[in-house]
Amino acid sequence: MVIGEAAIRAGCRFYAGYPITPQNEIPEYMAEHLRQVEGGVFIQSESEVAAIHMVAGASAAGARSMTSSSSPGISLKQEGISSLAACQLPAVIVNMMRGGPGLGNISPSQGDYFQATRGGGHGDYRVIVLGPATAQEMADLTMDAFTLADQYRTPVMILADGMMGQMMEPVVFKEPQPRVYPEIYIMKGAGAGKSKFIRGLILDPLDMEEHNWTLDRKYQVIARKETRHELYGTDDAELILVAYGTGARIAKGAIKRLRNTGLKVGLFRPITLWPFPTNELRDLAKKVENFLVFELSTGQMLEDVRLALQGFARIGFHGRPGGVVPTPAELANVVTRQYDRKQGIIEHH
Amino acid sequence: MLVKTIFAGFGGQGVLIMGYTLAHGAMSAGYHVTFLPAYGAEVRGGTANCTVAISDDEIASPIASAPDYIVVLNTPSLYTFQNRIAPGGSLFLNSSIIAVEPSRRDIRIFKIPSAEMAEKMGNPRMTNTVMMGAFLKNTGLVTPDIYLASMEEVMGSKKKSIIEINRKAFTAGFEYSEEST
Repeated sequence: MVIGEAAIRAGCRFYAGYPITPQNEIPEYMAEHLRQVEGGVFIQSESEVAAIHMVAGASAAGARSMTSSSSPGISLKQEGISSLAACQLPAVIVNMMRGGPGLGNISPSQGDYFQATRGGGHGDYRVIVLGPATAQEMADLTMDAFTLADQYRTPVMILADGMMGQMMEPVVFKEPQPRVYPEIYIMKGAGAGKSKFIRGLILDPLDMEEHNWTLDRKYQVIARKETRHELYGTDDAELILVAYGTGARIAKGAIKRLRNTGLKVGLFRPITLWPFPTNELRDLAKKVENFLVFELSTGQMLEDVRLALQGFARIGFHGRPGGVVPTPAELANVVTRQYDRKQGIIEHH
Repeated sequence: MLVKTIFAGFGGQGVLIMGYTLAHGAMSAGYHVTFLPAYGAEVRGGTANCTVAISDDEIASPIASAPDYIVVLNTPSLYTFQNRIAPGGSLFLNSSIIAVEPSRRDIRIFKIPSAEMAEKMGNPRMTNTVMMGAFLKNTGLVTPDIYLASMEEVMGSKKKSIIEINRKAFTAGFEYSEEST
């Protein structure tokens, strides 16, 4: 609901999607409200694959476009996301993750981190991935997602989970930024001018290689300029939790409890999951050597944390996959166990 | 301060709207608040529950593993949730249709014949509103004025007469004073 309203305020005028729990609140909201704004089009498509390609079409025609789904549906959309990346078309894709693999269940999970942050579909590409932890941040990041998508002409994914998808919290909408984008690529009829075309099929290997390097240069700029993170209680921390989204909320609850018992625990929360705030995390290892990654998965972001910290710090892990949402008390117990241990890698399952 | 409440019952009894309206009221009163619904694939007759967290600080988890209050409108919900209540917490039950005794002895129990009261007032669909009156009387989470203002806003599109009978139902619940056991 929050995402829907934020998207419309940000100028989204095209939404296509196919229903799946736990994210039906978004298409429900868009169905009602998108038609009330000028030029707004809502389509309940015949499939997830159709929806993402409709988004590609609308984007190529110059509309701010969005689709949303949950894990199994996002897998289906990967062909189209790869295409969007290849064609350098802006679009916003929302994934309210649920338990998997397969059809899994409809409970909150963070099992799609690998898929989202490594591109998702085939080919040499990345997608900007934003991981909100509150309803307020869902509103803010949805607006930012459209800006980033236009700025870099690339698909942007909002990666949240079933809990974020159904929970309600008070929100204040910020003023959307005016749209800035190069109209040059937009397909809206050549008129008397030269015809344009957008393609993802580039048969000559040398041309394709050149295209890959073009994309890569863009991704490197994004990686350099667009990382975001939040620090919470890290100033005096002796152990730092690394968690995102719903996991970070639980971590904050655990930290409040732990600080009441005198344990100095802080939180590093990546807000951009790709690009991952590697350098910002590594900076923390200059003064802290004890880290614990917490995810609603068997350990996916854990690999990015290892890439940032391996050799610099000790990295523990606690994960609950499959749609289980542990309590702050459970996580606090795990942290307490690792807090005083000085050696060895510990993995809690 | 952090207070968590679970509202539970059959789909169609209005447990989600109770929680949503309370969350709305707490938001107008300036609190941090989360509302987390949970319902099965069925619309009527299935199970439905929601969790409302109210705090003067940021809320970490919207899930309640040991809620302070539980409000149950049917018997299956009593079985599902009574063991979760934090010691010293309170249980509000719709005694019109819940005939069994709760097993917990370390909590306060409020038996409110909310369905009968609603029926007597002419509309059994107001069971939830009667219960809400009794709930807020005994918990004081938000004032009746704030709750009723939120109720009007949430029910905005409904007829004036429906809002009016819900006001009466709320007042009846609020004034109901069978002592807790």
